[in-house]
Amino acid sequence: MNYSFQFGEILANGDLLLRGLKLTVLLFVLAFSGALVCGLFIGVARGSSRRVPNLIATAYIELFRNTPVLVQLIWFYYALPALSGWQPTAFTAAALGLFLNTSAYCAEIWRAGLQSLPAGQWEAGRAIGMSEWQLLRRVVVPQALARMVPAFTNRGVELAKMTSIASTITVQELMYEAKMLSTQTFLPLETFTVVAVIYFVLIYPGTLAAYALERRLNSKGA
Amino acid sequence: MANVLPADVLPADATPVLAVEGLRKSFGTNEVLKGIDLKVGAGERIAILGSSGSGKSTFLRCINFMETPSAGRIALDGTPIGTEGRNGALTAKSGELRRLRTRVGMIFQQFNLFPHMSVLENVMEGPVTVKGLPKAEARAKAQDYLKRVGLAEKADQYPQRLSGGQQQRVAIARALAMEPEILLFDEPTSSLDPELVGEVLDVILGLSREGRTMLLVTHELGFAYHFATRVLFLHEGRIHEQGTPDEVLKNPREERTQAFLHRFSAFHF
Amino acid sequence: MQYVWDFRPVWLNFGVLLEGLVNTLKLSGFSIGLGLVIGLVLAMGRLAPTRFLSIPATAIIEFYRNTPPLVHFFWYFYGLPILTGISLTPFAAAAAALSVQSGAFFAEVFRGGIVSVERGQWEAGRAIGMGHAQLMRRVILPQAFRRMIPPLMERSFELVKTTSLAATLTYGELVYKAMVLATQTYRPMEIYSTVAVMFFTVLFLASLGMRAVEHRLARRAAR
Ligand SMILES: Nc1ncnc2c1ncn2[C@@H]1O[C@H](COP(=O)(O)OP(=O)(O)OP(=O)(O)O)[C@@H](O)[C@H]1O
Ligand SMILES: [Mg+2]
Repeated sequence: MNYSFQFGEILANGDLLLRGLKLTVLLFVLAFSGALVCGLFIGVARGSSRRVPNLIATAYIELFRNTPVLVQLIWFYYALPALSGWQPTAFTAAALGLFLNTSAYCAEIWRAGLQSLPAGQWEAGRAIGMSEWQLLRRVVVPQALARMVPAFTNRGVELAKMTSIASTITVQELMYEAKMLSTQTFLPLETFTVVAVIYFVLIYPGTLAAYALERRLNSKGA
Repeated sequence: MANVLPADVLPADATPVLAVEGLRKSFGTNEVLKGIDLKVGAGERIAILGSSGSGKSTFLRCINFMETPSAGRIALDGTPIGTEGRNGALTAKSGELRRLRTRVGMIFQQFNLFPHMSVLENVMEGPVTVKGLPKAEARAKAQDYLKRVGLAEKADQYPQRLSGGQQQRVAIARALAMEPEILLFDEPTSSLDPELVGEVLDVILGLSREGRTMLLVTHELGFAYHFATRVLFLHEGRIHEQGTPDEVLKNPREERTQAFLHRFSAFHF
Repeated sequence: MQYVWDFRPVWLNFGVLLEGLVNTLKLSGFSIGLGLVIGLVLAMGRLAPTRFLSIPATAIIEFYRNTPPLVHFFWYFYGLPILTGISLTPFAAAAAALSVQSGAFFAEVFRGGIVSVERGQWEAGRAIGMGHAQLMRRVILPQAFRRMIPPLMERSFELVKTTSLAATLTYGELVYKAMVLATQTYRPMEIYSTVAVMFFTVLFLASLGMRAVEHRLARRAAR
């Protein structure tokens, strides 16, 4: 093994990777912020005892959790123009696909979080006349949120990794630029090593935060 | 049957504050309430007794629609609550439900204070979010009610820091802050250590001197005797016997009531 | 605009899709098997009493858990041959990337299961003079195993979904076959919808199976 690495050339093209990185971050922020909110609504429906909302939410969640993201992104890429007549950019299709996918997972986190609250809290709120949304906003979410943050952080980590799949439908994010760079420079080993490290540096703090939050939560519970 | 309606308690023309007619409630195939009729006049204090599983909690919870009645009618001040659905069950729209609950307060066995809010915030919560009162006004009012239950100095503490008795008194203040016409207590002292029961009962007795209309489920027979203007004995989802505390607690006519009271041999008034 | 569905090209070429599905399952099975071995080794390394083992094992686990699998697919397919001089087939590269990546996740499941065994069990084993390896094999792993089964299965389902990325290395699994068919027939919607249904059927049935197993385990534990 006497290969001499040529990282210099990759780093010289840093601006290319940086441009891709911006799009990666944008994808992440759009999909994640949307999914956190949308997940609440789906999660409430999933936990509801009413048949129709429950059925729709369950179907939605199972559908997204039991198919590969790659298939979901490709499907949206083709389905949106065919079904709605609206031609989204690859970026829009990817953001939408990632958002809908992550919403399904966030919904499960919300549902578990909402159910973890003792029934007495719901009853106390209802007994003073709060509406269901007031209850959620003022009583349930503030208490459940702390318990759900580690799970959401983990989900964020998964989403950050998933953004790379957008490259397969030609979204010019980090992974896409990496592929371009590796063919331009004929240095795939260096390129993908550097890109892996970039992803790691970006994502690992999230995992560390989840660990720390979980530890704090466990010690508080004890 | 000993199911005498206390017509003598209510003036003939007065509308009862609460009127329950033919109330039934089933959970699946299990019929828990089998037709309850009750008229409650303003200022009446009703103690509800009965063995475990006789439907006491279910009855109280139907009154403020925490459980939806399977059949029957419930009226507040002569106005019926909810509408009868296809299967005879009562349904109420969410707006009506919320209005009902501001008029009927409830105190739980487990207090159910909001742990993420201070004592004062717990009491302010209903007036601010449900009634839309300005914060300053709600705060002043909350402080008043906390004083009434003897906890003015705990306003800024969080519930976990209080004893069970103090928590239950805060829960009473929280219910009072909605200025309800009727208060429902479901075994308010059952989860308290014996030495803390007294302080809560004192607060409830204080309320009875204000002439509030209250329904209270309890196993504290001695307290029921002093508190109530009327005592109901529930058995298998029906009002088995009712009357004044002296009638029901000292000279029960029904065998079941006698057997029930007998189990509390250690109680004295 | 009303899209007119036409599933005929799908039925005509269903054999191709089935072949893709078989390849997907082949890649999955192989990677799960290898991944479990790698995961066990990594977990043992991470829990080993010496730092010479625990630090590298931890580094590998954390690195692979916190980087996108797609990068690893490309790294193994295009990068690794440069380093070793041996070029990998798409299947080999995908299987290697998947096994190591899933191995990192499996390792954490193993570790979680092992750590969850009560302290008293470790002490009891040590008290009768068992060494670390003996204790693991005879006392800890048999107890931890049952708790590990549901998360291991969950992780395996994730792996099945991740095999779809092998399409980017032109390995003929289900998504790749679909891509080829889509360009041949101009019916991407119908083809990808079918592919989604095929994945869903396999994974949903598998997760139903998992729930049954979990149920059985819970019942047995309750006894
Ligand atoms: N939400 C529910 N679902 C199903 N069954 C219920 C529900 N709530 C109460 N029950 C049943 O209804 C019956 C009466 O319950 P209830 O709580 O009203 O009794 P109780 O008189 O308050 O008893 P206790 O003194 O133990 O509090 C019991 O058999 C109980 O199992
Ligand atoms: Mg009860």
